[in-house]
Amino acid sequence: MASAVEAVSVKLHVGKKGKPPKRYWDNPTENDEDINKKSRQDEESDSNQGNTPGVSLNKELAKERQNKNDRQGKIDHISGAKDPFPGEAPIPQERLKKFQRVEKTKVTSGLRTKLKEAIHRSEAESEHAQKQAARFDVLLPEDAGFLEGDEGEDTCTISQDDIADAVDITSGAKYFNLNLSQFGPYRLDYNKAGRHLLLGGKRGHVTCIEWQTKNLVSEINVMETVNDVKWLHNEEMYAVAQKKWLYIYDSKGVELHCIRKFNDVLSMQFLPYHFLLATASATGFLQYLDVSVGKEVAAINAKLGRLGVMAQNPQNAIIHLGHPNGIVSLWSPNQKEPLVKMLCHQGGVRSLAVDKTGTYMVTSGLDKKLKVYDIRFFKPLQSYFLPAGASCLSISQKGLLAAATGDIVQVYRDVWGTPVTKPYMAHRVRGGVTGLSFCPHEDVLGVGHADGFTSMIVPGAGEPNFDAMDVNPLAGLKQRREWEVKALLEKVQPELICLDPTQLGRVDRSSWEQRHEERVKVLGYDPLAHEKFTPRNKKKGRSSSGAVERRKKKVAHEDQRDVIRKTVEENMGKEKELKEKETASLSAQGQKSALDRFKK
Amino acid sequence: MAKTKKKSVTFDLPRKVATVSAMDEEVESDEDFLPDNENIISASEDEDAGDDERKHTKLLEAISGLGGRRRKKMTERSEASLQVSEFGVNAEGAGEKVALSDLLSSATEASRTDGTMTKTHRQLKNLEKRQATLELPLSHQQTEKIQREAAFEKASKEVSRWESTIVHQQRAEQLFFPLNQQPSRPRRMEQLVTSWKTQTPLEQEVFALLHAHRQPTFDPVLTPVEEAQLQAMSLEEAQLRRAELQKARALQSYYEAKAKRGSKIKSKKYHKVQQKAKRKAFLKQFEDLCKSDPERAMEELQNMEKKRIEERMSLKHQNSGKWAKSRVIMAKYDLGARQAMHEQLELNRQLTHKPLPSSELHDDSDDDSNSDPTLASEDQTLPDIVNEASANQKEGANPWMKMAVVLTTAEQEEPKAVADSETPEAAVSDAGEVGEEREEETEEERLLGEFARRRQLRRTNDEEEEDKEARQTAEASQTDGASEVSPSRADRSDDDDDGDEDEEDQMDEAAASELNALFGRLAKQAQQGAAPLGSSAELLDEDTTRVRTLEQAELLAETHNDTAPPVVESEEAAPGHDVDDPAPKGKGHQKVIDPEQVLTKQARSIRVPMTTPAIEDAEDEALDEQTDMIREAFAGDDVVSDFLKEKRKQEEEGRPKDVDLSLPGWGEWGGVGIHTKKQKRKRSRFLKKAPPAAPRKDRKLPAVIISEKRDASVAAHQVSQLPFPFENPSQFERSIRSPLGSTWNPELAVRKLTAPRIVTKAGAIIEPISRDDIMPAKAVAGKRRAAPDIQLGGDAERRGGHHRPGAKKKKHKK
Repeated sequence: MASAVEAVSVKLHVGKKGKPPKRYWDNPTENDEDINKKSRQDEESDSNQGNTPGVSLNKELAKERQNKNDRQGKIDHISGAKDPFPGEAPIPQERLKKFQRVEKTKVTSGLRTKLKEAIHRSEAESEHAQKQAARFDVLLPEDAGFLEGDEGEDTCTISQDDIADAVDITSGAKYFNLNLSQFGPYRLDYNKAGRHLLLGGKRGHVTCIEWQTKNLVSEINVMETVNDVKWLHNEEMYAVAQKKWLYIYDSKGVELHCIRKFNDVLSMQFLPYHFLLATASATGFLQYLDVSVGKEVAAINAKLGRLGVMAQNPQNAIIHLGHPNGIVSLWSPNQKEPLVKMLCHQGGVRSLAVDKTGTYMVTSGLDKKLKVYDIRFFKPLQSYFLPAGASCLSISQKGLLAAATGDIVQVYRDVWGTPVTKPYMAHRVRGGVTGLSFCPHEDVLGVGHADGFTSMIVPGAGEPNFDAMDVNPLAGLKQRREWEVKALLEKVQPELICLDPTQLGRVDRSSWEQRHEERVKVLGYDPLAHEKFTPRNKKKGRSSSGAVERRKKKVAHEDQRDVIRKTVEENMGKEKELKEKETASLSAQGQKSALDRFKK
Repeated sequence: MAKTKKKSVTFDLPRKVATVSAMDEEVESDEDFLPDNENIISASEDEDAGDDERKHTKLLEAISGLGGRRRKKMTERSEASLQVSEFGVNAEGAGEKVALSDLLSSATEASRTDGTMTKTHRQLKNLEKRQATLELPLSHQQTEKIQREAAFEKASKEVSRWESTIVHQQRAEQLFFPLNQQPSRPRRMEQLVTSWKTQTPLEQEVFALLHAHRQPTFDPVLTPVEEAQLQAMSLEEAQLRRAELQKARALQSYYEAKAKRGSKIKSKKYHKVQQKAKRKAFLKQFEDLCKSDPERAMEELQNMEKKRIEERMSLKHQNSGKWAKSRVIMAKYDLGARQAMHEQLELNRQLTHKPLPSSELHDDSDDDSNSDPTLASEDQTLPDIVNEASANQKEGANPWMKMAVVLTTAEQEEPKAVADSETPEAAVSDAGEVGEEREEETEEERLLGEFARRRQLRRTNDEEEEDKEARQTAEASQTDGASEVSPSRADRSDDDDDGDEDEEDQMDEAAASELNALFGRLAKQAQQGAAPLGSSAELLDEDTTRVRTLEQAELLAETHNDTAPPVVESEEAAPGHDVDDPAPKGKGHQKVIDPEQVLTKQARSIRVPMTTPAIEDAEDEALDEQTDMIREAFAGDDVVSDFLKEKRKQEEEGRPKDVDLSLPGWGEWGGVGIHTKKQKRKRSRFLKKAPPAAPRKDRKLPAVIISEKRDASVAAHQVSQLPFPFENPSQFERSIRSPLGSTWNPELAVRKLTAPRIVTKAGAIIEPISRDDIMPAKAVAGKRRAAPDIQLGGDAERRGGHHRPGAKKKKHKK
């Protein structure tokens, strides 16, 4: 599309001398048509399809549009100007495909009309939605760029200082170091919008910073070991896993809650759409806390030892746990056993990361290997050997993988595609890396290490187009508040977490018995169960066992009788109806009985 | 009774026929009085016995008056009167039965006299002939049945008329109620306030007048014509119109803003340049005017003359003002001041210089005209501007000139187009009385009209160019055609009457002075305007074509570049489909898991830059490494086999078990030394075999255990029964697969997807659907007027109502 605009503008320059500039309301002359054709061809080349079929397709499209327009009756301007591009603007097939959710249902001839209608309607609706989405995809113009070295130069040898010098001053300011050597290795977390940074030092230092403006929001020392820190749904609250309990603080550093049910937490994950804080503890428990109501949703004993390695799948809110025996297990709060267990490493699992789309999982283990899995099918894709082994992993929104080996942070591009042999970027920090996290919507990688915190510039890491309805980095106070209310209203219940989210859209084909059993389990009692009759205890010797038995006998088959009575009544009614029908049909045929004369 | 009476009067046959009555009963009833009648002698027969008779009649009247009802007083039949006593009529053969033949005979006589058979005669004859008895009427039940059947047929026909409507309503994606809503548009106050009525006679008179002339009765109400126009204008059209108007307004405001900005600039130089440009423009314009419209040019000149006179009268530019005096003092030392004074004086001189008289001018022009048409180049006294202009003209590249040509040609076509587009306006203006609102609207119209005109202009321009091209090619074939001037075109360019008057006020005096010096020459040129213009137009043609071809050439080059096949970039192989990745495929199809093959994917080693070891606590590092080493050394096999064991266990657990229904001891002999041989067979007899287990999801993945447990919490939210129209689950699943929420869809799509099935207008009464809603008004009207074929008895309908759905509606309609 852009090229078309360019072509038009070029035309304007040339036309200045001789002719007045072309306007869209003018009649399309030959030149205009040329331009149209050209622009369409450009589109075609964009969509990477063959040249000739594309053109013919476009011609057809144009013809179709023309026809449609003719059919609708021409809508012209009052001035008599005609639309040179009648009908809807074409959408490239490529883009349409991007938003396709299901293949079309085939309507065979044998279907009943109502079904056909229903199918047609749903098809039309989904197609419309797809088209609209494809159309509005134009509104996401930003594209991520990557670092490109000179000829023969590895991008990984370019230092952060060089990058910071080369880029503009605001971007350059995103590379900075915080020297915090006193309170030892740091864990970190960016909030969902990527504006706020939470740092937790092992020796109790917790601080939240607006890292772009370098504004220190609050800083406290909890005077206890800090195992992990995590933002909750917004930047007003964060959770800190301390030596014994889990604490929740607000952004000013005021302690809001101390949750004693959650002890010895080693790592945490926050599921933003479910408002769930998942914690993994040293005692081997995986616990879920609903932060919107403050209730523990589930506490599951993983029975696989100490749980220090944890990641979440953003696509389906499944928690991945890494275990010392090289197993990675997948959990939902609804099941007491792991949904999936994968044997990934021969040594213990050191770190885990899942990409945004929920397609790939990257693990690193004590066997110094880095493995990439397709977790839709649980199949290994790639396996790399890192001489030092990766202690921390993080995947950016655009699919860059950051791995920390000792004090070196390496960033890889496209680890799941073609096998990589060297990193995209590398940077050495001043201490062993303990925390690694990409900042959302920014080309920044935060590194928490023994000597504080380093913010690295990683070109092409962040998603440049943010969904302001979901999370808006530029939101004001009011917007944030509104968002909070909306998010709470749209909160997804924890029961809906399952490995395959599309399962919810499928018909449950289990039997009635099975469903009843489940229902009984959920309710805690059987709603259809009959209470057994127990005779009242009577006095004065009337509750002798014989008397009791007699009394029991009186009501012994009452239920059965009820059923029988009901069925008999029904049958009677049916018979009566039948009889009436018969007589009616007889009379309709004109056969009169002798007694008919007395009727009426 | 009244009937019989009348007949007796009209027939006037007292003797022959007493009464003619078809009903025997009546005859019988009359017979009661007959005995009395016998005594009565008609007045005409015996006049002597008049007194007696009178008494008798009185008596009779008194007797008859004794009855409940009062009879009309019968008058004596002395003269011809309307009311005749029934008792006064007497017949000869009274008491005898009247035979049909008697009646017939008279009738036949009458017919004989007439010569034609009367209708009654015929009927009577038929009656005589017919011997068969009439059939008994149908029984009550049967008639009812027939009626019901007919009614049912009719009702079902009536009801079936609604079928298509019902189907349509059922299938419609969205229904709006109440039906047949008028499009919601703001209603005018006057329409709402209709309760007001004329009261005084004067008011009435006035309104009568207004109505008679079809004028709006309320102040700003539109005339019927306008109203019709408004009705005719569709929403889209209105929107379009509004959009155009908005654009026009925006442009206007831009222009205003620009002008304002320009006026605020304090730079003297800027203004000087501006002034100069303006002056130039004016000069050129004037020049054009001279060519196109000499009369107007003359007017302009007269204006100049007036200015000259004013200048002569005033003391302006005579260095007599305050400023000039101060300059005089300064002049001695300041060159600038001196110059300024000089300029002033020069200006004065120019302004007060008297131009040549027009007659003289004409002579001059006549002299010069044949010498050469383009006079400007030879004259040395003319200022540069003029020279430039004429030089340009010679070349044919004068943009102003072209503009003039374009204008003239455009305006020829313009009036038609404008008339087309603005006929409604014209009509409106005819209708008279235009309110304030209306005025505003007309202003808008004017703006729009201006737009339309410009657009028209552009289009015609294009067309003209095309024409020119065509002509050019034609002329190219005739080599000498270039010098030819088409007179028609010249004429066309002559009748340009539309100038921009508004600029003449802004013209400053300096320009006027220059013009004064010039005007003679120009006026002369104005007379011969046609010839040079024609040539210029011709030259102009060449010019445009040249530009155009260049453009085309460029365009062609561009298209050539673009049509070149685009280089297809080799895309990176999609993830998961990697050629270098043989592991997953090879492993996938193995049934028996070999522990050797679990986790044996070959790892690629990665070169890591900056491999110098990290500076850490040496002890820690060493310890960690040791433990790692130990783990790696010993754990490896263990881990894999453990995992496989676990997997097997899980598989076992998941497999459905056989049910053993055999009871120990049953069908067996007890005692010492008895073999339990047949036990096995017995057990197998009572063993209920479990169905084979469903294939596990992880059967092809050696290093994965996938739980087969059913997730009840999700199942609670799933659809357990297939909804109605769907025949299999996949159809239903597909139909609900695409999400509806705003998180996944753009706003418009969401609105469409979640549109309510029925939309009702708040506060409106929703009437049941009527026939008018579904059928054209005419047909309905015709049908309504037609009388129903069958009238239903009340009780029949009630009885029939049980079975027939149509009956109820029918009743309602009644």
